[in-house]
Amino acid sequence: MSSSVAHTPVLELKGNLLSLMVLYLYDSDRERIEQQFAEKIGKAKNFFQSAPLVLDLNALQNVDAPLDVPHLVDLVRKHGLVPVGIRGGSPQMRQVALSLSLGILPDTKPMISRTEPQEERTLPATKDKIVSQPVRSGQQVAALQGDLVVLSAVNPGAEVLAGKSIHVYGALRGRAVAGIHGYSEARIFCRNFDAELVSIAGQYKLNEDFDDSVRGRAVQIYLEQDRLVIQPFAG
Amino acid sequence: MARVIVVTSGKGGVGKTTTSAAFATGLAMRGHKTVVIDFDIGLRNLDLIMGCERRVVYDFVNVIRGEGNLNQALIKDKRVDDLYILPASQTRDKDTLTVEGIEQVFEELKERFDFIVCDSPAGIEHGAIMAMYFADEAIIVTNPEVSSVRDSDRIIGILASKTKRAQNGDAPVREHLLVTRYFAKRVNTGDMMSAKDIQEILAIPLLGIIPESPSVLQASNSGIPVALDKNSDAGQAYLDVVARFLGEDRPHRFLNKRSFFARLFGN
Repeated sequence: MSSSVAHTPVLELKGNLLSLMVLYLYDSDRERIEQQFAEKIGKAKNFFQSAPLVLDLNALQNVDAPLDVPHLVDLVRKHGLVPVGIRGGSPQMRQVALSLSLGILPDTKPMISRTEPQEERTLPATKDKIVSQPVRSGQQVAALQGDLVVLSAVNPGAEVLAGKSIHVYGALRGRAVAGIHGYSEARIFCRNFDAELVSIAGQYKLNEDFDDSVRGRAVQIYLEQDRLVIQPFAG
Repeated sequence: MARVIVVTSGKGGVGKTTTSAAFATGLAMRGHKTVVIDFDIGLRNLDLIMGCERRVVYDFVNVIRGEGNLNQALIKDKRVDDLYILPASQTRDKDTLTVEGIEQVFEELKERFDFIVCDSPAGIEHGAIMAMYFADEAIIVTNPEVSSVRDSDRIIGILASKTKRAQNGDAPVREHLLVTRYFAKRVNTGDMMSAKDIQEILAIPLLGIIPESPSVLQASNSGIPVALDKNSDAGQAYLDVVARFLGEDRPHRFLNKRSFFARLFGN
C-alpha cells in the first residue's frame, strides 16, 4: 500500500445544523402524556415513523412531581419514533437519559413558556406569486418577497426569480434563481429538470454541471453547507 | 366582422411569407374575401411570391401617408377571385409604420374583407410589433430546430404583452402553431425535433405541419402560391391548414412517413 493511500482520510467529523423534531413536556402526569402523545402521533403515523426526536424538559422545572424518563422513552419508541437526546431537566433525569443511550443536548431557553399564553405570531409580509401561463423565452417573472409558483413550464431563455422558494409544476428549462436576498432555506422544486442555471442564495450551478442522472427528473434543489444539492424525487 | 391574422415567427427564413401567401390564397379559394399585407417594409418579398411584383404602383406606406388610396394600392390576384395583395414599400424606412396609420388603413380594409393576413418581418423590432398589433389570431411559423423554437417562444410572449388586445385587457390573441419544413424521416432518425417536442415547449394548439418539399421553392421562384399546386404535398398541407383554421376536422397527414412495409400491407 502506498503512503498516499494510507493517509487518505476515511472519515471526517463536522458540525452540522440539522432540523430535529422536539417534544416539549409541560407536565409529568403519565396518563395525560400517554393520551395526548398518542393523539398527536395518530394524526400522521407514517410521517413520524423512525423520526429522530429530542425530549425538551425545560418547562418541567416548576413541576413538583418528577418525570418518569424511562417510561417516556418507552412510550416514544412504542410509537415508532427514535429518541436521540434530551434537553433540560434535573441532573438525575439527565443521568437516567444517558443510561438509556440518549444524548444530552445543551440547554437553550424554552421556546414557549407555559405560563405566558402563546401569542399569535404575525407572519412577515411575504408576497407569493402564482403564474399560470408558461414563462417564455425572454420573459422574466419575479416574486421578490416570497415564493414563486409556476403552474406550467419555464422555457429556455426565460428567467424566474424569488425571494424564497420556486415551484415549477411543468418543465424547468430556463433559469431559476431562488433566495435572491440571500435566504439560504429557499428551495427549487420542479417536475422535469433541464434548467440552464439554478441558484439559491448566490450559489449556482450551470446546466453543464448537472449530473445526467437528474436530467428530466422531478427534483428538489436545496443548499447544504453552501453547496447546491440536486435531489431527484423517488418514483 | 373581419378577422386580422398575423403570420409571425421571430426567426427569419422559416417560411412566413410562403405561409402568408399560401394561407391567404387558401382562404380566398374557399370564397372568403382576403387581403394579404406585406409588413416587411424595405425588404418586399410577398409580391414576388404572389407573382405580382411588376404590378406594384402604390404600396402600404403610400396609403398610410395618404399619397395614394387603397384602390390604387390593392393588387387583385389574377388566379383567385377574392384575393388581394397590399405590397410593402422597398424604399421607405420601416419606422413610417405607426399604430394610428395602420389603424386607419385597417378600418377601411375591415369593411371590404373577411380576412386580413399580415405577413410579419423577422425579428422582434418595430416592424414585427406593428404587424401583430391589431391581430385577432396569430400563426406562429416554426421550423423543427431549437433556435426557431426559442424565437417562436419569444414571439408568443410578445403577443401576450404588446398587442392591442393585451394592452386593452381584451381576450388574448388566439395562437396557432404551424410547423414548416418538416422532414419526417429526419425526425424519425432524431436529427430533427418532432412536432410533439415543439408543441410541448410552445404549449399552443397545432394548426398544421407542412412537409419539406421542393415544390415550395419552385412555387416561390415562379410566383405561384404553393396552395395552388394541386400535385404538391406542401400545397395540400396548406389547404388542410386553411380547412382546420375554418373549423373543419382534418387529420395531420405528414407527421410520419409510413414505412415501406406498412404501405405494402395496407395498414
